[in-house]
Amino acid sequence: MLSTDEIDGFAERETLPDVVIDARDLSLTFQTNDGPVHALKDVSLTIEKGDFVSFIGPSGCGKTTFLRVMADLEKPTGGAITVNGVSPEEARKARAYGYVFQAAGLYPWRTIAGNVRLPLEIMGYAKSEMAERVAKVLDLVELSGFEQKFPWQLSGGMQQRASIARALAFDADILLMDEPFGALDEIVRDHLNEQLLALWARTGKTIGFVTHSIPEAVYLSTKIVVMSPRPGRITDVIDSPLPKERPLDIRDTPEFLEIAHRVRDGLRAGHAYD
Amino acid sequence: MMRVVFPVLAVLGAIVVLWYLAVAPMNIRVALDTAERAGAEIVPEGSAVRRDVSVWRLMAQNSEHVALGYALERPRLPTPQQVGQELWKTTGKMVQRGRAWSKRSLIYHGWITLQSTFWGFLLGTSMGILGAVLITHSRVMEMSLMPWAIISQTIPIVALAPMIIVLSSQVGIEGRGVPKAIISAYLCYFPVLVGMVKGLRSPATAQLDLLKTYNASGAQVFRFLRLPASVPYLFTTLKVGIAAALVGTIVGELPTGAISGLGARILIGDQFGTPLAIWSALFAAAILAGMLVTLLDVLQRLVQRRMGGRV
Ligand SMILES: Nc1ncnc2c1ncn2[C@@H]1O[C@H](COP(=O)(O)OP(=O)(O)O)[C@@H](O)[C@H]1O
Ligand SMILES: [Mg+2]
Repeated sequence: MLSTDEIDGFAERETLPDVVIDARDLSLTFQTNDGPVHALKDVSLTIEKGDFVSFIGPSGCGKTTFLRVMADLEKPTGGAITVNGVSPEEARKARAYGYVFQAAGLYPWRTIAGNVRLPLEIMGYAKSEMAERVAKVLDLVELSGFEQKFPWQLSGGMQQRASIARALAFDADILLMDEPFGALDEIVRDHLNEQLLALWARTGKTIGFVTHSIPEAVYLSTKIVVMSPRPGRITDVIDSPLPKERPLDIRDTPEFLEIAHRVRDGLRAGHAYD
Repeated sequence: MMRVVFPVLAVLGAIVVLWYLAVAPMNIRVALDTAERAGAEIVPEGSAVRRDVSVWRLMAQNSEHVALGYALERPRLPTPQQVGQELWKTTGKMVQRGRAWSKRSLIYHGWITLQSTFWGFLLGTSMGILGAVLITHSRVMEMSLMPWAIISQTIPIVALAPMIIVLSSQVGIEGRGVPKAIISAYLCYFPVLVGMVKGLRSPATAQLDLLKTYNASGAQVFRFLRLPASVPYLFTTLKVGIAAALVGTIVGELPTGAISGLGARILIGDQFGTPLAIWSALFAAAILAGMLVTLLDVLQRLVQRRMGGRV
């Protein structure tokens, strides 16, 4: 049950500018040769400015699809969604978000600096500002000195960092990341998680983050969205009580384990519907 | 290094050996005719009678004259050595004597062919690339252009070449240069078109999605993604295109009337019954093609290195 306070807050939020994503009964059905696939069904979620939201669930539960709908890379077949108070298309055209794809997807014919500069060239930044920004974001993801390298000369983790830098190079206050660290080993992943938290704290961006990993979701998020497949839907939304400051060993604290437990229960409950 | 050199030399060696072996049966009739005229006894007697006897039998029955087939003045199939000598006579030696631009020099004829090839290649690749850009730009363009492109390739060029020459003289175009370039372009544009359509369409959905998130315009997608992604296809395509342009030019030099160019040399060699001239012109054309393709290959390496290739 919601308290009256929360209901008031909810009503108010509609008009407040600090609601970044507002999805209501969102559905997306793909028509395939094997019949319709309900990638998303009646999904409702509100993300506020500055949130770090993780989407977790077994593969095929619609995490990528949800993120792609926010990014206007996929059109919903039902329900409504706003991004920064406008339609996803308008938000995309206003360059409201940076998107980090599951695969780094750097252009092999561009250097690392060239790849990071790509969005800036497209958006028509001045030459001097481009150089400044590229240097800044490469420093942010600890890739200074690799400007003139080509993607194949870098490890997978470094390529993924470059693709994050690319999404950070322009001033979008939303960052959408689809399993950016999925293919990396545990140690690199830990390190990148720490860096990502630091970056989030520094920039105050709103982050939507898809992951398979429970510890990763709990460690990073202020809000964890648990999803389940067939049809893709949200089974639980957990607001994390963990402090903003999170050293890696926070993962051994009882609070952390408690949230992880709840996420696991949510995932299990999702499966029980099958 | 040896692992590369050995197979290459082995294949080359095998070709040369097969060639030398083929010379004997190919030339036996001419050799026997020559020997008979010089007074030798041949079994069976008379060129007309021998026409019905297989070359193998002739070789077996007149084995002492087989060697003559390797030193004929007008062989059906010259030996590699004869071709080499003829090539040297019509190129290097001409240069030594300061007559590189004489009508007997293959350097002169090669240069004529090369010029038309160049213009045809330029025209053909421009048309091919432009067509590919239009086709990738819109579905309507694809439906209106592609059928014509395919139909154009079903018409045999040897049938079309004389018509192009006649028609261009009808509209007052002098000489062979322009029609040759048109024929050359006609053969060259199609592989370029097909290759470039493939190249311009090669970007993956994810690469296109990335640009969509930046709200990139169609022209920007072309410039920042499609064009650079098509570069490897472009060079493959250009190599096929330049070879096709050369073949087109030579075909354009074949119909009667042409007097210069490697194609004309082939034709004249045929008319005057001098196979050596045909063979040396053929080899000159092959060498020219090899040089052009190598040139493009070097260019490709330079460009791809700049574009982050691992070569
Ligand atoms: N373009 C598409 N066409 C058809 N089906 C799709 C498409 N994209 C995703 N799906 C299906 O939608 C469901 C959800 O996919 P996705 O969002 O990628 O899941 P997740 O990212 O959680 O693994 C899956 O069953 C998937 O097969
Ligand atoms: Mg996914």
